[in-house]
Amino acid sequence: MREFFAKLFQDKFARISFFTLVVLYLIILFANFIAPYSSSYSNRDKAYAPPSKVYTIDEKGNLSRPYTYNYIREFEPTLMQTIYKQDRSQKYYLKLLPKIEGHRHLFGVQDGGELYLLGTDINGRDVFSRLLFGGRISMTVGFLSLLIVFPIGLLYGGISGYFGGIVDVLMMRFAEAVMAIPSFYLLIILAAILPTGMTSVQRFGLIVVILALIGWAGFARVVRGMVLSIKNEDFVSAAKTIGASDLRIILKHILPQTTSYVIIAMTLSIPSYILAESGLSFLGLGIQQPDASWGNMLKEAQEFTNILYRPWLLTPGILIFIAVLSFNLLGDVIRDILDPKSQKRI
Amino acid sequence: MEFFKYISKRILQVIPLLIIVSIISFFIIRLAPIDPLAELRLNPSISQETLDKEIKRLNLDKPIYIQYVSWAKSFLKGDLGYTSAGEKVSTKLKERIPNTLLLTSIVIFMTWIVGIPLGIFAAVKKETVFDRVLTVISSIGMAIPSFFFAILLLIFAVKTGWFPVGGLTSYNFNELSLIGKFFDLAKHLVLPTVVLFTISLSGLQRQMRANMLEVLDSDYVKFARAKGLSEFKVIFKHALRNAINPMITLLGFEFAGLLSGAALTEYVFQYPGLGRLILEAVMKSDINLVMASLMMGTIMLILGNLLADILLMLTDPRVRGTK
Repeated sequence: MREFFAKLFQDKFARISFFTLVVLYLIILFANFIAPYSSSYSNRDKAYAPPSKVYTIDEKGNLSRPYTYNYIREFEPTLMQTIYKQDRSQKYYLKLLPKIEGHRHLFGVQDGGELYLLGTDINGRDVFSRLLFGGRISMTVGFLSLLIVFPIGLLYGGISGYFGGIVDVLMMRFAEAVMAIPSFYLLIILAAILPTGMTSVQRFGLIVVILALIGWAGFARVVRGMVLSIKNEDFVSAAKTIGASDLRIILKHILPQTTSYVIIAMTLSIPSYILAESGLSFLGLGIQQPDASWGNMLKEAQEFTNILYRPWLLTPGILIFIAVLSFNLLGDVIRDILDPKSQKRI
Repeated sequence: MEFFKYISKRILQVIPLLIIVSIISFFIIRLAPIDPLAELRLNPSISQETLDKEIKRLNLDKPIYIQYVSWAKSFLKGDLGYTSAGEKVSTKLKERIPNTLLLTSIVIFMTWIVGIPLGIFAAVKKETVFDRVLTVISSIGMAIPSFFFAILLLIFAVKTGWFPVGGLTSYNFNELSLIGKFFDLAKHLVLPTVVLFTISLSGLQRQMRANMLEVLDSDYVKFARAKGLSEFKVIFKHALRNAINPMITLLGFEFAGLLSGAALTEYVFQYPGLGRLILEAVMKSDINLVMASLMMGTIMLILGNLLADILLMLTDPRVRGTK
């Protein structure tokens, strides 16, 4: 184990991605503390306010404590749209570890001030805070789905490969049929038939299940292939001779042999779950408002005016990109370490 | 003779697959608590006669397995029923499927033209600056969500005004000359193609590089080199032919990935393809349309895989020999 991590950290890419992921997970773990606003915060008067500018140099050119100005909303009659202007009359200083609504936060701003590091969305909610809360969903959905995919895939592939014959043929035809349906089509159909009026936790749980339903077949097929070659090994015949039951042989003797493949497959498949969830939520079929996920935050970026005049709404996309990239790079290196035969990235 | 035997066997395998897929999709959709004719009933332009015909066609008053059989029968006859807007599902599909096929075939063609040489080159020039840069670019290409990339390109298109945003043809398409039509189509295809191309190129390039590296390390390549063959001959005559075979199998998977990836891209660019059709159908819970487009998507995917298998057999004598 120690050797594994030593090898892992030798690689520059793996080091950077590992720490990026650790930081991301720590941030979402402490989202309540780090986010300046709560997940239910919404300021209806400040829809689409641009990011607050934080200054450290005051108007006389001296260094100052960081401060910001509030925005005031004005209607511009010539452009026929609302615009935001800074209200330069009142400075608001940033505060470290303030107590807001009875909770301690990492940072905040003086009473009456508004601090929207990444602007606000259509409902006047702080995008920065929502990014952190949304990360909780987007970054965990993959892991949770894998918790369902792996037992099913391992058992299915194990049984199919071990027994062979007609069992194998039937089980594999079924898995192939699941794989033959274009996965994204199946995904949106399953998501669309979810009953409405569920609580957000129920919905999240079902999205996890749906993602797992799409992913297990491909995994089961590979496990089956591995089991086919393992089942002829001597230790399997030995176990059979002393009278071990079939299930025991599959679970105790054959499946543990596939561990390194499982670890590789896990790290390499998490990105696809993150992407699938964000795609679903982007279409409005995944996580629903008012809950945040990176995908459904990007839903607002479907409108032209938003992407042209409110680029801060695109920040969730950048986070998805960073998370997926980190998992990919980490997965590549883990594969190189655990599977010396592969030469994908030497 | 061997060739036809293999192909016919392979085609016969498709039939049970299609039956299982249709059963799975039928039950998933029918188990949903949605009245398949709800929209039709509410549409005043649909006559009671059409409604009755639909109920009879789908046997909605009978148990579900009979419903499946009658659905399958009418599907085989090519009768796919009506959309909730009252159009024939088959006309709708005929209009959309060629668009998706056009987009995916352009993308596959381009990724192969660009990705295979890049993969070979990266493998031959392993661990040079060129290889490293390509690895970084392909990692980025694999990590960017297709719809996010599509949005970024939309911003680009709107800001520069170089490309039309959305659709497949301009409003005055029918008045254009043949050449004008061609350029109009091409202009509309550029952005969706770029998105799908970038995403599938990364995977293809990496795979080709990995295959090539494996082959370059094998004994027969070492032997060819030891014989004193030129490096050019070693790579293109000996290594390439073996490295490219697994890529043909991947062609089927690539097609599958493109079909799925295209759905989101089509949605963002308002491209009139199958992916967007099924999305709209799902949102409107238009059961006939969902079911038919899901089946068509599956059939396209299976045919893609079949085509890849046949191609592989033509290029790889080992497949012909053993099966």
